[in-house]
Amino acid sequence: MSHLVLEGLGKSYGSAVAVEGIDLSVARGEFISLLGPSGCGKTTTLQMIAGFVPVDRGRILLDGADLAAVPPAKRGLGIVFQSYALFPHMTVAENIAFGLEMRDVPKAERESRTLEVMALVGLKGFADRYPRRMSGGQQQRVALARALVIKPSLLLLDEPLSNLDAKLREEMQGELRQIQRSIGTTTILVTHDQHEAMALSDRIVVMNQGRVEQIGAPDTVYDRPQTSFVANFLGKTNLLAAVADGSGHVAVDGFRIALPGAAAGPISLAVRPERLVLAEAGQGFSARITNRVFQGAHWLLSAESAAGALLLTRANDGRAVPAEGDTVAVSFAPADASLISERPSP
Amino acid sequence: MSPAASERAAPYWLTGPALLVFLGLVLIPLGMTVLLSFYDWGQYKGIVPEFTLKNWREVATDSYFLEIFLRTFRIAILVTLLSIMIGVPEAYILNRMSPGWRSMCLLAVIGPLLVSVVARTLGWALLLGPNGLVNQGLIAIGLIGTPLEFMFTETGVVVALTHVLIPFMILAVWASLQRLDPQIENAASSLGAGFVTIWRRVILPQIVPGILSGSIIVFALAASAFASPAIIGGRRLKVAATLAYDEFLNTLNWPLGAAVAVLLLVALVAIIVGSNRLIERRYAQVFE
Ligand SMILES: Nc1ncnc2c1ncn2[C@@H]1O[C@H](COP(=O)(O)OP(=O)(O)O)[C@@H](O)[C@H]1O
Ligand SMILES: [Mg+2]
Repeated sequence: MSHLVLEGLGKSYGSAVAVEGIDLSVARGEFISLLGPSGCGKTTTLQMIAGFVPVDRGRILLDGADLAAVPPAKRGLGIVFQSYALFPHMTVAENIAFGLEMRDVPKAERESRTLEVMALVGLKGFADRYPRRMSGGQQQRVALARALVIKPSLLLLDEPLSNLDAKLREEMQGELRQIQRSIGTTTILVTHDQHEAMALSDRIVVMNQGRVEQIGAPDTVYDRPQTSFVANFLGKTNLLAAVADGSGHVAVDGFRIALPGAAAGPISLAVRPERLVLAEAGQGFSARITNRVFQGAHWLLSAESAAGALLLTRANDGRAVPAEGDTVAVSFAPADASLISERPSP
Repeated sequence: MSPAASERAAPYWLTGPALLVFLGLVLIPLGMTVLLSFYDWGQYKGIVPEFTLKNWREVATDSYFLEIFLRTFRIAILVTLLSIMIGVPEAYILNRMSPGWRSMCLLAVIGPLLVSVVARTLGWALLLGPNGLVNQGLIAIGLIGTPLEFMFTETGVVVALTHVLIPFMILAVWASLQRLDPQIENAASSLGAGFVTIWRRVILPQIVPGILSGSIIVFALAASAFASPAIIGGRRLKVAATLAYDEFLNTLNWPLGAAVAVLLLVALVAIIVGSNRLIERRYAQVFE
């Protein structure tokens, strides 16, 4: 049975729809990311799960039970807020033990569990510090420890790393993933950072304008984007204009490949820059190089073609690289192309 | 003058005018009042610039003065407590309102400050007098048989002063509520805390600085208030400020009035500084 189920979840502020029709089923122990640009409804979704924002449409089921009537204080979820929302007048240990105190855990056990979780998040020796006297990364750990110590059935993280500098963020990503693996708590992370979502999650929920665009494992979502939004939001991509013949073949400017599933007519194909290759003349479609940029390990080439503007990478492996103005043949393997279906408009 | 020297002198030039005003309008009159409190005075000889401790001895030993000072600070403490009890929840509610409603309610809160003290206090007198609206209403619904005494009572003074001074409490507490993390209540609630616990353990400790600064303002203004005690308390119910006024303008015993005024000032400063120290030490973490 799924641990957490969202069914047709929706929320409006006045006439503005913030979230609409979110269907998601999360397995126990899974790490899920809600990924999307700012304002797409990620926080609203998370706050509905937490119980801070009332649900307008749909249901939330935790272990099969509807959460509608359960107040936030009784949901037993661990939440890390973007601003951390630590209690500034309490020490680190007091902050962490707060949830245990609310559960009337005896003092001795409270102390041992606090120390335990502090060790887990790498805060040993900080018990008597006040949050104000700590760096952003350390405060982030306190927030995580405070959420974890109550052994939550669900861990909700709202952009927990966005206030950290790039290097620290990467470090914390690794640690977060490792901590989540070791304790196995089902986790939902909200982020607008595609790298973070891909590095951390078992599955990514890509959201746009309050709706789900695609749900899948990071590599699937990256390699097989289903909509042009997903293709563009997760890394760079080429959208190629193509024509399907309705019998399992697709042609890009005369270059034919087998690609079942497309109805006859004009279609779009998404191909990642690293999957476009330079081919022998006649074994692809033609393109003219407009720009090339050396990036050390590889070259980044821009080109024009009848199928649209192209971006391709070419490993710096000692072979000659076409110069600006050269006409080249470009091809790709059928498996590297994703058929883009536009989301039906609401 | 070299540029460096003129730069070093700049702060003095810039603060100079304000310093002069402060010196001229506050320090010098204050010093003269202190000096005056050590002068002699007689019914027929008037003020005599001779050093004497007579006024201070009188203020310190006569139980009449003690009673008035006790009343003054009792009123000030009650007004401060009432302002905290009403003002803190009010500030919290204001803070949670939508911006449109908030500015309207804020205007209602600050309203009393926009009306002249005398007009406002007379309004209270009309409302609370023996034939006032409150008493007539209470009698009409049969709650009381004879009018309640508000006029010329401490209760009346406390009610009127609380009304005037509560905006200062609300504004001070509101300012400190705005500094709270907007998610702090959600954080506490997600950890299992109910409304009362959130208030007691999370919100109150963090707004102590606001409550303290509000209390200092309200206490100081209540203890030195003149118009409200004068109109509602009348001649029977003197407080330190009305006492000093009477000594100056009715008895014409300026030196004694000066001693009362200086004592009020010293007591106020001592009480405020003392409680400030105490509370800042107790809640050291939120005062950084
Ligand atoms: N309290 C609110 N009142 C009105 N609109 C809101 C409120 N909270 C969020 N919204 C709107 O809902 C949409 C989704 O917001 P949010 O969930 O915070 O996005 P995200 O976290 O993905 O950046 C936004 O358009 C935002 O303006
Ligand atoms: Mg957000």
